[in-house]
Amino acid sequence: MLINHALKELMEVEEVNENVLQVHLNGLLQINDKTALKEITRQLNLENVVGDKVFGSFAENLSFLLEALKKGDRTSSCPVIFILDEFDLFAHHKNQTLLYNLFDISQSAQTPVAVIGLTCRLDILELLEKRVKSRFSHRQIHLMNSFGFPQYLKIFKEQLSLPAVFPDKIFAEKWNENVQSLSEDRSVREILQKHFNVNKNLRSLHMLLMLALNRVTPSYPFVTAAHLMEANQLCSMDSKANIVHGLSVLEICLIIAMKHLNDIYEEEPFNFQMVYNEFQKFVQRKAHSVYNFEKPVVMKAFEHLQQLELIRPMERTSVNAQREYQLMKLLLDNTQIMNALQKYPNCPTDVRQWATSSLSWL
Amino acid sequence: MAHYPTRLKTRQIYSWVGRPLLDRKLHCQTYKEMSVKKEGCSTEIHIQVGQFVLIEGDDDENPYVAKLLELFEDDSATYSKKRARVQWFMRFCEVPVNKQNLLGRKPAAQEIFWYDYPACNSNINAETIIGHVQVVALAPGEVIPMDLKNEKTFFVKLSWNEKKFEPLSPELIAQLDKLQEGSPRCQKPLEAKTKSTESPSWTTEHAVKRIESRHSTSKSRQTPSHPVTPRARKRLELSSFPRTPNTRISQQTSRASLDSPGRTKRKVAFSEITSPSKRSQPDGAQTLSPALQAPEKTGEIQHSCAKDDKKASPDCHMILRTRVPALKTTEISEERTLTPTRGGRKSSVVPLVVLKPENIRKREAKEPEFRDEATSTPHRIRRKSSLLTLNRIRQQLRFLGNSKSDEEGEEFLPAAEISDSGSEEDEASPPPLPRRTHSSVSRNLRSSMKSSLQTPSKTPKKTPEPRTPRHATPRIRSRNLAAQEPTNTLEEARLRLHVSAVPQSLPCREQEFQDIYNFVESKLLDHTGGCMYISGVPGTGKTATVHEVIRCLQQAAQANDVPPFQYIEVNGMKLTEPHQVYVQILQKLTGQRATANHAAELLAKRFRTRGSSQDTTVLLVDELDLLWTQKQDVMYNLFDWPTHKEARLVVLTIANTMDLPERIMMNRVSSRLGLTRMSFQPYTHSQLQQILVSRLEHLKAFEDDAIQLVARKVAALSGDARRCLDICRRATEICEYSHQKPGSPGLVTTAHLLEAVDEMFSSSYITAIKNSSVLEQSFLRAILAEFRRSGLEEATFQQVYSQHVALCRMEGLPYPTMSEAMAVCSHLGSCRLLLVEPSRNDLLLRVRLNVSQDDVLYALKEE
Repeated sequence: MLINHALKELMEVEEVNENVLQVHLNGLLQINDKTALKEITRQLNLENVVGDKVFGSFAENLSFLLEALKKGDRTSSCPVIFILDEFDLFAHHKNQTLLYNLFDISQSAQTPVAVIGLTCRLDILELLEKRVKSRFSHRQIHLMNSFGFPQYLKIFKEQLSLPAVFPDKIFAEKWNENVQSLSEDRSVREILQKHFNVNKNLRSLHMLLMLALNRVTPSYPFVTAAHLMEANQLCSMDSKANIVHGLSVLEICLIIAMKHLNDIYEEEPFNFQMVYNEFQKFVQRKAHSVYNFEKPVVMKAFEHLQQLELIRPMERTSVNAQREYQLMKLLLDNTQIMNALQKYPNCPTDVRQWATSSLSWL
Repeated sequence: MAHYPTRLKTRQIYSWVGRPLLDRKLHCQTYKEMSVKKEGCSTEIHIQVGQFVLIEGDDDENPYVAKLLELFEDDSATYSKKRARVQWFMRFCEVPVNKQNLLGRKPAAQEIFWYDYPACNSNINAETIIGHVQVVALAPGEVIPMDLKNEKTFFVKLSWNEKKFEPLSPELIAQLDKLQEGSPRCQKPLEAKTKSTESPSWTTEHAVKRIESRHSTSKSRQTPSHPVTPRARKRLELSSFPRTPNTRISQQTSRASLDSPGRTKRKVAFSEITSPSKRSQPDGAQTLSPALQAPEKTGEIQHSCAKDDKKASPDCHMILRTRVPALKTTEISEERTLTPTRGGRKSSVVPLVVLKPENIRKREAKEPEFRDEATSTPHRIRRKSSLLTLNRIRQQLRFLGNSKSDEEGEEFLPAAEISDSGSEEDEASPPPLPRRTHSSVSRNLRSSMKSSLQTPSKTPKKTPEPRTPRHATPRIRSRNLAAQEPTNTLEEARLRLHVSAVPQSLPCREQEFQDIYNFVESKLLDHTGGCMYISGVPGTGKTATVHEVIRCLQQAAQANDVPPFQYIEVNGMKLTEPHQVYVQILQKLTGQRATANHAAELLAKRFRTRGSSQDTTVLLVDELDLLWTQKQDVMYNLFDWPTHKEARLVVLTIANTMDLPERIMMNRVSSRLGLTRMSFQPYTHSQLQQILVSRLEHLKAFEDDAIQLVARKVAALSGDARRCLDICRRATEICEYSHQKPGSPGLVTTAHLLEAVDEMFSSSYITAIKNSSVLEQSFLRAILAEFRRSGLEEATFQQVYSQHVALCRMEGLPYPTMSEAMAVCSHLGSCRLLLVEPSRNDLLLRVRLNVSQDDVLYALKEE
């Protein structure tokens, strides 16, 4: 997210001000206060004091660090900046001890401390306990993707163009020209607009550009609109439909049977036996191209679908329940199935017909 | 404990007494007496070799105890030329805490332990010696006298070798006793004789030590058999000084080992009692024995024994105990049969055999390295060792830290450079050093430390310095740049508005202050205990008021208006676990460290049976509700202690909720808490205004209206003073920012404050929705549509998706694929605009709005 931007800015500030100690913590890495404390001690280079002493206990560690931070006062000790990435995860720690103490220090005449929390959650304040919240300065900066499409286009251009310091000047010029023309191309604009509509995120733009750039070859070293188009397709691909394309005819048939069941019973869960019966009906009455598979074979196909997570059991699989009667739900939408079927290579016509009209075979 | 005069107090001048005895070989001068003269006072302390001395450490209260073995001048050491060699004694507090229980009893107050550990350094700076002390050795059966008239008397009963306590052997006791009384007198004449011969062995410090340890020293001394080696004899003849056989032999052996590596081998063999040279001993001994008999009287043997001790290098401590019996037997045999050699040899052989295999192995392990040293020039050895000591001195200087006086003169200066560069770390963290770790004493806080300070791991450790208190408090390194002074009124205002800037008096809490003050004061005056419960929402000044009360009471106590008391503060939030409260209290009360259970016992004992008249303890327990446990034993104990007559404990508890005692406490707990309650009401707007005005006294930074506005705003919301101050501080920043260009910061106006308030209280959801992408917005719209359709506040993803597709169709937008919609959904979920289940549920995952539907509609309409 945009957390990165904030961090970058922060670094710039700190380069100016070297007289500052930084402590970086990440909620995903420091999963509890204990590890966080250890990390703080490490980053403050206090561990020599901890050293090889028997200093394992969490409580000792805490009091040690608190004492360390308490010692200082405003004028003498070096300011410390704590940067808590994934701040919301720190709020889930027991009692929010770490946050309370950090805020408390920042609010009292101890070592000057700045605590910066980074999170994507907008409701972070609600996670804080009341006394922690009271100590929090309530200063929030929201970073939003507030730019419009023209800016987006500009960013796109800037991201793609080569810098002036690029060694091969001529190539850089050519490349940049190409990028310029790209940004004016209508189809490219359309693609970008589409992408922008879906996601304003710059990271997703990077993803798109990366995919496009991967298509650049030495023989033709320029990005084309076609490349972008392809990349966009890759980005917006429906992963499940892709999986459906790779299924066997039998499995497709099963999915169609499930779809019919869904239609008939209005989204009620089904079990294997029902699906099998439906399939049997289809094969016996209508199908000429589909071989009537034996039950174990169909069962195998059914299990394969379950492994692909195209169907999901309603409850946890219990050992004693018979697999045939376990209730399942289809995780595919009707439209998805139909779309996939249209693209499915070598689909027997009767299967396709069966899919379109559940009652046609009657 | 007496406060020993240290160098910090007065400048002391160290000078040698007596003629220096030059060692020609190594240019090293030895002395037998040193005088310490305090500047500004005429008294001089004479310290003689063999006496027990106090040596300056990092702890003024507990200087190190040691026996002076040798004084000498070392020219190669740049900073400290006066050196001394000592045999250390340990105080009980110096024994590592985890080993202390090995003693199995409580140590007597003045008890020390013979430090029997070979790997510690005995070479120290002579100028760290403070003065004499008396050490009395006690036999294992004797009881340490409890009435201590003379605080400068120590008692030795056991020896400590880093692994276990062992009783002193009777010989050692006798020896120590005699030393104490006899050494200054009877040693002198002998010293004169032996000085010159002694010195070479001193300069080759390590070498001699090891040799001595390899043989049992007493043996080699007692047996004049060594002259058998021709080379040694030659040297004997060369040196025309009169000497006692004892020292001569030791010297010879040391030389011999220095000269020929082959000899060292012999010595290893020697310990196995199979060496050929030894076999030749009887002959030599017989030839020489008549000559030897005269000097070798018992007293002298003891003396030589004393010298042994003086020379006692760390290495030889290992065998010191075993050697002593040998001495005894020689004594006896001498007196009776006048054949000292045989007796000596025999007895010396025995201990060697007794030696544990590990010891032998250890020595053998040391062998190669020793041989290297031995083969290299003595000069180099000396330089090396002096370098090490130099490093150690530097370390010591660093540890003495800023408390160091200028007394050390030129010695101090070079070291000061180092300590300067490392000064921030010195102040920052006197690291609690494990006393005898081999790795260098201080790993550096910041890389500023020179590596030169790190002594090689080989360095034996026992120097006076590395004994810092175990629980040194670390500090963040200090800043290089001074904090800026506030330059204009706005900055000044900001400083004053910071929560940490506690004002002189707390306005609007006078009544509460008075109540608490009266309560605590009455308890103090009555010498009784009691509990008080203080509640109030966050930011109403509970803790600040109590602190204020305590401060006032402490002032009053100083003025003798109220009896003195001890104040302890515990914060439930700063504990990891409720039971840790015991540990904290105990630590703050007595400085002891214990586990939670043990601490609870100790505290209970302390508060229940308080024999001696001690001060009242005032205990502040902040964030009481966090001390809640299933059994509520922590709270129970806290409130139970004050009810005991002897306890004299006043407990002030602070928590947020008013009905905490009723809500979470069991009856028996809340009944003990009593009914002394106090609740801090949230500040009203006029009170908040008053607080702000009092903080901004004489500072024209805010408009009056602005202050009133913020006070009213906050009072309407929470009455949290912290919040109020935060808003004001933010407003000053906004003001400063907006006035940046004109240059003259104006007053903080209502507009600025409103901006600040908006910033803090406005919901971010709407802006977030406004700034989200088209797809996200239409997804939200689909959710709304689905809610409206179903009439529920919850929908599955599949339902929302179909709605979404329908919506897109209606508006003619290209509809997204399932994967895209899923990504959008999870993104909104991560922002917490939506509440979603874990995405494992896929299509069936339930979606709920985290914002009100109206807000979403409002935000979407704006567009």
